[in-house]
Amino acid sequence: MNLLTKSALVVAMLGLAACTDPGRFGGSADGAGGFGAAGLGSASDPASPAYFQEAIGDRVWFAVDQSTLSDSAVVTLDGQAGWLNTNTDYSILIEGHADEQGTREYNLALGARRASAVQEYLISRGVSPNRVRTVSYGKERPIEICSEESCYAQNRRAVTVVGTGAGS
Amino acid sequence: MLRVMILFLALLGLAAPPALAQNGPLRIVIDQGVIEPMPFAVPDFVAENREATQLARDISRVISSDLTSTGLFREIPNSAYISGITSFASPVQYADWKAINAQALITGAVSVGPGGRITVKFRLFDVFSNAPLGEGLQFTGTTDSWRRMAHKVADQVYARITGESGYFDSRVVFVSESGPKNNRQKRLAIMDSDGAGLQYLTQGGALVLAPRFSPNGDRVLYTSFESGFPRITVMDVNSLARRSLDDQRGTMTFAPRFAPDGTSVVYSLEQGGNTDIYTMNLRTGARSRLTSAPSIETGPSYSPDGKSIVFTSDRSGTPQLYVMSAGGGEARRVSFGQGRYSTPVWSPRGDMIAFTKQSQGRFHIGVMRTDGSEERLLTASFLDEGPTWSPNGRVIMFGRETSGAGGQSALYSVDVSGRNLRRMPIQGAGSDPAWSPLLP
Repeated sequence: MNLLTKSALVVAMLGLAACTDPGRFGGSADGAGGFGAAGLGSASDPASPAYFQEAIGDRVWFAVDQSTLSDSAVVTLDGQAGWLNTNTDYSILIEGHADEQGTREYNLALGARRASAVQEYLISRGVSPNRVRTVSYGKERPIEICSEESCYAQNRRAVTVVGTGAGS
Repeated sequence: MLRVMILFLALLGLAAPPALAQNGPLRIVIDQGVIEPMPFAVPDFVAENREATQLARDISRVISSDLTSTGLFREIPNSAYISGITSFASPVQYADWKAINAQALITGAVSVGPGGRITVKFRLFDVFSNAPLGEGLQFTGTTDSWRRMAHKVADQVYARITGESGYFDSRVVFVSESGPKNNRQKRLAIMDSDGAGLQYLTQGGALVLAPRFSPNGDRVLYTSFESGFPRITVMDVNSLARRSLDDQRGTMTFAPRFAPDGTSVVYSLEQGGNTDIYTMNLRTGARSRLTSAPSIETGPSYSPDGKSIVFTSDRSGTPQLYVMSAGGGEARRVSFGQGRYSTPVWSPRGDMIAFTKQSQGRFHIGVMRTDGSEERLLTASFLDEGPTWSPNGRVIMFGRETSGAGGQSALYSVDVSGRNLRRMPIQGAGSDPAWSPLLP
């Protein structure tokens, strides 16, 4: 069948999501207490949140029901820690998310576990704990909306949102 | 918001003569599983003055709709009637109702008095016994509480025929949803048990989840993201005044439920990625921790006697149901089937626990005895979730979401027997229903 067309479509959708996601789910939209999303700046400026988001990667993904960090997640988080240790004016809000295969409140707890796993790792890499907060949205904020594993895999994530507000 | 209604219950003259049961008494035994609904007739109530004409008709329709919605009753259409009811006081022509096989007959009258107060009278007849079933009753209230009075009549009919208390004069709080799956707006909403009278309790700026009623229906607990973080919040249903209960920085709180006496709350608190169960005294704010395990403990629900708490934990590796003493301590696992169990809710009768079960890619609403025995799955779909019990413990309402990019959520109800699955007639999408107690 037309596998090629289908995968091209998926890539295109991901691209779109990556562009729209931070604006909608960052601190500005949901107004996490005292945490304002930073202006993104230009991705070509290594000190900009846009660079953090696009060049380093603002999110990591998890296996079904898991909150352990994969090898590729660790690579991304090492990059995040390096950037945060250089750009110390910023604080971060780590959002934990789950896919829709679970009940609401359990998934809220699962998302918190994921956010916490990222938080602990970043702290272990030298990021000051008082610059980091976590929140879980459970299954409430999917970025991909199909009911298949290809979407679920994108939704089981922890997103590091760079902001200007006070950390602790 | 809740319009205060003063109800006067009065016996209407003419005590019923002892019923001579010729074909056995008019009775539905719910436990035995009703296959054939009982036929009933509810001729339009008699309007005793001009102002009552429309109300009389509307009240009869709501009574009929309530009874029919149970699946236990079937209305005989008025096109089949041989005789009508033109006066509440006139004797009933039993033969005319027998001829059309109406086993139960409900007659009534409505009048509008000074100041817009309305009076609703009704009688219930066991047609095949040629006798009234119980006394005539009269309710008085304001004009805008007419639906409640209709529900009160239907509750009386239900109770007299089934021997169990009714559930029509009650309300449901839920999450009203709008917008696509990746940008969903959620608002707290409240409605009558039949879906009428919908009102919004929050404006939709902040995400809200899983509301639950206080034992007397005056307050609602829910989880709000108003601060940017999930916080358990209590709202007064009349004034809509609200306050978050536990906003300790660096924690999330969610999954709240009232204790049966309404003075404290049991909920989940997450700190450092670990979620455990706590209680808080609503007066003093004193908090006490009931579980301390590295696993997720959430979704607590009290037994009606307040002595036990059922909750979800993944301490075994997958989410399962556990029961512990209300003071905490050792918990015993009660779910052993294949799959994942969550959202347990103790029934108001105390005899069962309703839950959500995920198994082989499907979601089910199920019930089990409180020791985990006699598990029965009542529904199956792509995503069924979050059961709540009717005040009499006979019906379960829950949320169902369809799959895919266009997925939409809706509220459904089902009998505890697994029969009579119905979609609630509400405008828009909804999830996370919670049933109030029967209103006073």
